[in-house]
Amino acid sequence: MTLPNSYMEYPSRRYGMDHQWYEWSMLQDRPEVSWPNNARVAVWVNVALEFFPLNQPPEPFKAPGGMVTAYPDLRHYTLRDYGNRVGVFRVFRLLDELGITPTVSFNSKVAERYPRLIDEVVQRDWEVMANGIDMGTIHHSGLAEDAETALINESLTSLREISGQPVTGWLSPARSESMNTLDLLAARGVEYVGDWQNDDMPYAISTKAGQLHSMPMSHELDDQTVQLQYQHSETSFAEQVEDAMTVVYDESSACNGRIVSLVIHPWMSGQPHRIRALRRALTNVMRYDSVWSASGSQILKAFQAG
Amino acid sequence: MPDSRTPFSDPADPGLYDYWPWEGRPKLTWPNGARVAFWVAPNIEFYELQPQPNPMRNAWNRPEPDVLNYSIRDYGNRVGTMRMMEVMDRYGVRGSVSLNVAVCEHHPELIEACVSRDWEIFSHGIYNTRYSYGMDEAQERAILEDSLETIERHTGQRLAGYLAPALTHTERTMDLLAEYGILYTCDLFCDDQPQPVNVRDKRLISIPYSLEMNDIIVYNSYQEPPRRYAEMLKTNFDQLYEDGAENGTVMCIPLHPYAVGRPHRISAFEEALEYITGHDEVWVTTGREIAEYFYDHHYDKAVASISEANGR
Repeated sequence: MTLPNSYMEYPSRRYGMDHQWYEWSMLQDRPEVSWPNNARVAVWVNVALEFFPLNQPPEPFKAPGGMVTAYPDLRHYTLRDYGNRVGVFRVFRLLDELGITPTVSFNSKVAERYPRLIDEVVQRDWEVMANGIDMGTIHHSGLAEDAETALINESLTSLREISGQPVTGWLSPARSESMNTLDLLAARGVEYVGDWQNDDMPYAISTKAGQLHSMPMSHELDDQTVQLQYQHSETSFAEQVEDAMTVVYDESSACNGRIVSLVIHPWMSGQPHRIRALRRALTNVMRYDSVWSASGSQILKAFQAG
Repeated sequence: MPDSRTPFSDPADPGLYDYWPWEGRPKLTWPNGARVAFWVAPNIEFYELQPQPNPMRNAWNRPEPDVLNYSIRDYGNRVGTMRMMEVMDRYGVRGSVSLNVAVCEHHPELIEACVSRDWEIFSHGIYNTRYSYGMDEAQERAILEDSLETIERHTGQRLAGYLAPALTHTERTMDLLAEYGILYTCDLFCDDQPQPVNVRDKRLISIPYSLEMNDIIVYNSYQEPPRRYAEMLKTNFDQLYEDGAENGTVMCIPLHPYAVGRPHRISAFEEALEYITGHDEVWVTTGREIAEYFYDHHYDKAVASISEANGR
């Protein structure tokens, strides 16, 4: 077997990126950003409310945390649903106690099935972010554009109706996109996406329908990535959050703010043996003098103001 | 010239080196009586969003565009590299960069940051999404010629080392490295000391790089937490330092700024670097300097000792 000579051609080998979505830029070269009250670190806590269908399709791939055994995988279905029934209340109570303002991402199926959870969020004046339809509905290039358009319309319309909020933040299920996703989102009033993992700060993304922003919604420090994918202990999770906060706080200043973002899954961190580690992690983050707990939209607005 | 090892004459054994038991080797020494030659090799990489397909290996786990995994890697260039560099600056450690050479065109600012620190740049292929599997000789030569030319043009350095792109090789890779005057390969993991490599013409040595201490292997394959990585690095060093009193050793920390440069991981690396550079009998150096020193002082003795060990 030999490779065709096209394998030795590099059509995108030039300054910058190999796509048109965003500009190449190193964090150190950005303009300074100040947060309200000259806070040094914006704390962006995200609670992910997810619905894993029992018949989750295997194609194009299963979202992490999904069904594992042959049908019917009652053990994983119910363990994930634990988050929406029990874990979420434990997590919300902790956030209330620590004075943290999270952003709450919803699969639209969660809002439709459990409107109580939307009520809990809206009553607290927390921001609802869209997370597609459910964890079995993946956005990917195998989807025709009109099929993906329908998925995005369904999720945004449903969440906007049920919550009464504009819903301008988007997280794709399993952070998977097609080549069209960003265009379709921008055309439907989405202002920021949390899928991209390449920065500590927001940055602009160009689409056919105008600009939106990437917000740094950490996958590497997501409770599910750390504890399910990497199988680290809850104690280690709290230590990793502590270590991240130490570094980011050191790098920040009153005139140049930074962001620490955490994604919390109630089916993971809302378990009785993990909630105390989450408490330790969040208490440690909030004990710093100059932190600002805010929603995705608030942080983006402050970022755009400079 | 006849090429008896292309393909390898014994498919069960690449024949790239001869067996050379650890005990009984002539003593390897380093400058100023150091026991351990210590080097750090950051991989500065570019992964293409939609690379040309290679039938032997998919670039991405998910359907393209795999924005999650693409953007995880892009973090290294936007954020991680500078964070890692600042830590290395604090401990006076110069990097030996394993470079996807297309980064010279995509992100020249990163190359400038390396060159201004007098870091070594060596080749890790063109992109980390272009694999050597299935390349014919002309294609593999083109990778090496491109590497030599691109690195010299952007850094003024003559290419000294090679780590195959994404660790993908052909049966002729080592022969070609020697032919192009490259001093060392990082692709062989069979020793704690530099080793002569059997090539059809000229000379080549292998320098201990490391899979076991590689941040990606530790974090993604072994899935260890950051604080455990610090312990692993320190323990690895302790043993090589102890053994190095008897016969010199090499320790390498291969890094990927997209992994080590995350806020929750950087302090583990810093802790290890502080510990290692806090020892007196450590030669903090680069791949090129290790190779040159070995050729000048040990290569001939090593070849003689290997011949003797193999009854020649």
